[in-house]
Amino acid sequence: MSTGTTKLDVAVADVVPVNELVTRFHFRPTNGGLLPTFSGGAHVVVEMRDGDTTRLNPYSLMSSPLDTSEYTISVRRDDAGRGGSLFMHRAVKPGDRMVISYPVNLFSLDLRAKKHLMIAGGIGITPFMAQTAQLAATSGNFELHYACRTASLFTYGDVLAERYGRRIHLYHDDRGEKIELTRLLSSQPLGTHLYVCGPAPMIDWVRRTAAEAGWPPETVHFEHFSAPQPGVPFDVELAVSGKTIHVGEQQSLLEAIEAAGVDPPYLCRGGVCGQCETNVVSCDGKFLHNDHWLTEEEHRSGKKIMPCVSRFEGRSLVLER
Amino acid sequence: MGIVFRDETFRDDFTFKNSPEHIRRFPFPFHEDSYMYAVNIEPHVPGPKGSVLENLIDVDEHYVSEMRDRALVLAEDPLRCQSLPHMTLAGWDLLELLMTEQAKGYPEHFSLTRDGDKWHWINRPLGIDHHFVFGDLTTLPYGPMEYITRQSQGDFCILDQRDGNLWMDAGIVTTQADWSLDFDIGMNFFEWHAPVPLAHEKGIFTRALKFLTNIQQGKPARRLNWTMTINPRLDTSPENYHKWGADRATVTPENVGQKVHLRVELQSFWRLPRSNAMVFPIRCYLIKMDELVTSRKWARRLHRVIRDLPEELATYKGLTLYRPTLLEWLAKHDDGAETSPGFGPD
Repeated sequence: MSTGTTKLDVAVADVVPVNELVTRFHFRPTNGGLLPTFSGGAHVVVEMRDGDTTRLNPYSLMSSPLDTSEYTISVRRDDAGRGGSLFMHRAVKPGDRMVISYPVNLFSLDLRAKKHLMIAGGIGITPFMAQTAQLAATSGNFELHYACRTASLFTYGDVLAERYGRRIHLYHDDRGEKIELTRLLSSQPLGTHLYVCGPAPMIDWVRRTAAEAGWPPETVHFEHFSAPQPGVPFDVELAVSGKTIHVGEQQSLLEAIEAAGVDPPYLCRGGVCGQCETNVVSCDGKFLHNDHWLTEEEHRSGKKIMPCVSRFEGRSLVLER
Repeated sequence: MGIVFRDETFRDDFTFKNSPEHIRRFPFPFHEDSYMYAVNIEPHVPGPKGSVLENLIDVDEHYVSEMRDRALVLAEDPLRCQSLPHMTLAGWDLLELLMTEQAKGYPEHFSLTRDGDKWHWINRPLGIDHHFVFGDLTTLPYGPMEYITRQSQGDFCILDQRDGNLWMDAGIVTTQADWSLDFDIGMNFFEWHAPVPLAHEKGIFTRALKFLTNIQQGKPARRLNWTMTINPRLDTSPENYHKWGADRATVTPENVGQKVHLRVELQSFWRLPRSNAMVFPIRCYLIKMDELVTSRKWARRLHRVIRDLPEELATYKGLTLYRPTLLEWLAKHDDGAETSPGFGPD
């Protein structure tokens, strides 16, 4: 049996610009009632029907898990991206019907933690919005350190500060404020778990610093939110289904496979869960691996690819799909 | 019309038996005339009307008596129910799941009314009518897991998911096939499966874990497992081995039909929404050999399965002592005719 998620039919209840880059979307179930309960850190995959193109992008749920009358997500506009965030910003209006997946949590709180220490960068704040709401409701011990470029782009910085006061620490890049991570990590009580969500260099920095400070890997949790990147179009032969497909510039390989009527399993669509891992039958060219699932050795081997985020440049590629 | 609940025992005088309708709905676990481990997992979706799969949480004629037996086990040994401190939220998740499913499947017996966090639960077979506040431990007589599993058939293990593994961090286990929650509590998936023969070599647990950790909300899965039990005893625990171990030496050609029971576990796997933990209900169904052979197909097939079972599996399932006696008895019910594919009786 394949894994995957059930779909939910929702209506866009509200579209709220937060700042010059970020817009918030509110979803309610089209048939009334409540949406499924979820846990802080969960994401949903939003299906975007943009003419002939269907894009499926994952977004962290940022509303409180205690209130499932609606789900909210925040989308940062990526002008150089494949168009998913631009579609959300420009085309999605209140009253629109959309299809989203059931919540999936690949960035779960470790409920054994005596304290939850959270590090966020930019739009990486969204899963922490839900996690802090969940923890606050059960008197959980947490502390959030959140860095952004400028005050005007500090998405929900003011909201968090108002909600949680001294537990929130904000760092403005343009004012030269830096998270003093080494000092922070050395002053935590025993039983603290560390969570980080933000740009890849930030995640790498936090993980490396924690490892150097002797934090056990199972106490360090991270979520990459890499979206598929656009790239040069390429053709692929699907050996199992006997189809040849074309992957467009703005399309992911997984989306192109799905558009041909083949449905590989997926959960995160961000290169971390491993569900869509695909064997390479043969190839003549170069892989552009963008996932966090395969090992470096597997990347070099040319035997596997994660079609949700990775691409190919070259003469021919045959996949076991 | 509702279920007619039987008044029966699973100890001492062992008055348990299945009504003819319940014999027909027994979840016979062999789809062919032989048995070997496989990752036999499928989506847990509702099955045919009248089957044990009609509702995703099954309630049957043994409900009231099974709950009485569970209370007796817990009174003697409170450690059959344990929940590590970080698992309380998962307990609330389980309470919601079981109340919702039982009320949906059996509205004549159970009802749940929710007004925000003010919940009203009515369990008519057990005479319970309770108002409580969801999330408020002080409004329940037990923790949420214990409260609802004292009212739900089957054992329940709640597995925390972290570090790419599943951890047995809470559960209530009183109807088990010779394993102990008190021994396994806190263990991970590989640790608690360590005693199982053959399956490790086949890589079954690695694949099963990968599958289970990816099960998502709203998409539960299930599998069947089986063993055999002498006398219809639900509590065949290591803690009480001194009470039931010797039963296996009491099987004679004359009493096979009444004493030997096929024991089938319907195991299901659910993602819990608030805690992101998994719950693993293990529901035990018993059927006497006399009851089972009322289906000619099941009689023929069980004979062939037991006859051809690899020695390691027979030992692991504890059949060694009475296997020859059982086989001799079953052979009389096997005329050598072909059996049709699939689980159901002909």
